[in-house]
Amino acid sequence: MDFDINKIREDFPILKQNLYSGQLVYFDNGATTQKPNSVINIINEYYSKYNSNIHRGVHYLSEKMTQAYETARKTVKTFINANSDTEIIFTSGTTESINLVAFSFGEIFINEGDEILISEMEHHSNIVPWQMLCERKKAKLKVIKLNHFGELLLGELDELLTDKTKLVAITHVSNTLGTINPIKDIIKKAHAKGAYVLIDGAQGIQHQKVDVKDLDCDFYAFSGHKIYGPTGIGILYGKEELLNKMPPYKGGGDMIKSVTIEKTVYNELPFKFEAGTSNFVGAVGLDHAIRYVQNIGIDKIAEYESDLATYATDAISRIEGVKIFGQSPNKSSIISFNIENIHHFDAGMVLDKMNIAVRTGTHCTEPIMKFFGIDGTIRASLSFYNTKQEVDKLVEGIKKVKELFG
Amino acid sequence: MTINEIQDQIIEEFSIFDDWLDKYNYIIELAEDVPVIEEEHKTDVNLISGCQSKVWLNAELVDGKIHFKADSNAIITKGIIALLLRVFNNREPKELIDFDLYFIDKIGLEQNLSPTRANGLLSMVKQIKLYAIAYNSKLNN
Repeated sequence: MDFDINKIREDFPILKQNLYSGQLVYFDNGATTQKPNSVINIINEYYSKYNSNIHRGVHYLSEKMTQAYETARKTVKTFINANSDTEIIFTSGTTESINLVAFSFGEIFINEGDEILISEMEHHSNIVPWQMLCERKKAKLKVIKLNHFGELLLGELDELLTDKTKLVAITHVSNTLGTINPIKDIIKKAHAKGAYVLIDGAQGIQHQKVDVKDLDCDFYAFSGHKIYGPTGIGILYGKEELLNKMPPYKGGGDMIKSVTIEKTVYNELPFKFEAGTSNFVGAVGLDHAIRYVQNIGIDKIAEYESDLATYATDAISRIEGVKIFGQSPNKSSIISFNIENIHHFDAGMVLDKMNIAVRTGTHCTEPIMKFFGIDGTIRASLSFYNTKQEVDKLVEGIKKVKELFG
Repeated sequence: MTINEIQDQIIEEFSIFDDWLDKYNYIIELAEDVPVIEEEHKTDVNLISGCQSKVWLNAELVDGKIHFKADSNAIITKGIIALLLRVFNNREPKELIDFDLYFIDKIGLEQNLSPTRANGLLSMVKQIKLYAIAYNSKLNN
């Protein structure tokens, strides 16, 4: 399929919407992405025709819904090139995926005095669960620092990785700075020291090819709603041998083989980690979101977004008084910036009234803010359905902001 | 003027704007009217922190009336503070315990006072009420 931007935009009904005084310019894709008709329609169809709880019923609808849920698992497995379906756990999103690992992996692999290595650019979701685990197990949290380009100081990795390091939890792409981390190298180095690696893929999966076998990561977590799927569904990929060793962290239905009051035998993978009624329609939505991406081609998406991000970075940085945070040459389509002497909140409020949706604030990455000595940024996060014309509108908007507050 | 009379006056003033940017321009101008809190009063005690913008609020009871001084690091927030203080400043505590704040909605700025909008303004209104309650009980003792 050729990359036809007009046709692609037709697939996303929300983009046609008029807000205050004109068409929506949606640049908050880092927070959540919009949904194509194929996803919206399939959710509607499944609730209209097939809604029924999975894995339990013997009846037609339950069978149909279970099949769709398990097909979604296969789609995810193929998309990220996992070894088997059993390595794909449905969760509610990246946050739950990381918390699952922090609890279950932590339960048996982390002991007093062990070390967990994260980075200064992590989203709070990839900081707080590890702080909680460290507190619970009396382990130590260590941090890979940043440089002023918004890159990790990986030269220090050899020193930071010790015999006590049990896990490295690092983001694929920074949600604030856009930096794409060289995760394959980090994974290799961590493995050489005997540490396992979790990749927070919340901002990675939708922008580039992810091959968990090639990366050799032990865990990869991502959210459905950031890859054009519905909210409330996410994925934890984990290597089977690890997942098998980990105890479940939620107890309930579907995760058991047999229950007596005295003893419960847990179900096998992946069901062991999917207690309670799963978001099965969400899984079907995610399935169709991934198919949509596959149909266009993730490489084509990456190429288009890279071109658009370059155009936007160039245009925004030409505006006098604008400072961009995150200047790694290896960057995703996330552009964080501030305008001299203007508060990010003021800028966001005015851009909103010009029909432009950006995010302002700390983006749940307070350590990054502290590093740069700021209390927030304006973040434009671009997706493959955005256009250069929309970027021009943002540039116009920034100029208007300067005019108003200057 | 009563609290409601001032609120009605503000609604009247804003009724001439049909363009959002004109409205913001006016709010930006209003930001200069805020009785600004002295730097030494910009302490953590007086800080109402939102994750978007910061608001400082200081209160003093002078001759039975509460004098507020405030500031914010965001200008739109500061402009809205100017409006809030026009309504609430220099009043007896008992007036500020039970009031109906309706002008913000009427002039279309309600998103600024929603609980999810972390600009500190909603907390500021709550803080004004808390000061009023505290000073009121002080006056009655």
